Amino acid sequence: MLESVLLLVSLMVAVALVLNAWRLMIGPSTADRILALDTMYINSIALIVLLGLYFQTDLYYEAALLIAMLGFVSTAALAKYLIRGDIIE
Amino acid sequence: MVVFWEWLASILLVIGGFFVLVGAVGMVKLPDFYTRLHAPTKATTLGIGCILLASMDMHALRGEGVGVQEFAIVLFLFITAPVSAYMIAKAALHRRVPMRPGSYNPKLLQDARERHAPIHHCDQEKRPS
Repeated sequence: MLESVLLLVSLMVAVALVLNAWRLMIGPSTADRILALDTMYINSIALIVLLGLYFQTDLYYEAALLIAMLGFVSTAALAKYLIRGDIIE
Repeated sequence: MVVFWEWLASILLVIGGFFVLVGAVGMVKLPDFYTRLHAPTKATTLGIGCILLASMDMHALRGEGVGVQEFAIVLFLFITAPVSAYMIAKAALHRRVPMRPGSYNPKLLQDARERHAPIHHCDQEKRPS
């Protein structure tokens, strides 16, 4: 039962990623695109954790943690670039 | 007892996937940027919290102890999601991303924009030092 539930939830997260990619393409403003990118980072963490549960390995959690940190730093850098026009002053 | 924990993990996974999907649908369907900001910051964060709770449950089910790494990920995400949402909202506010016509209290947006206006790089160069 658990395997089929994992596949179903992976499908839902994949559909969510496709919808976020749609917003990333059509987003009217740059802030919309940054928001879509940030949400895609979070959804990819969910997908990687689900993959690690499906293959029953611990190897993917480090990757998920790295993606979480990189996602936050890149979102902060992009938002700062939008406000100030410069990242490191 | 094992069956109970498997059911709990399955239900948490389905709830998490549902909320992640709701966040993405809200991301596509909502009318303007300031309403779209709500979908990923609340629904998606709750969804990934549920998925990582299910992951901790399945770790304990396999007899490897409760996972610390999932807890670290969920703690980090719950701390950083409001901060990044705040930074994106501030960027959109100062770049004057338009509100949906018919929003309530547009004066609040004006006040928030004038309260902590950022000094732009070009202004900094013009300032006498």
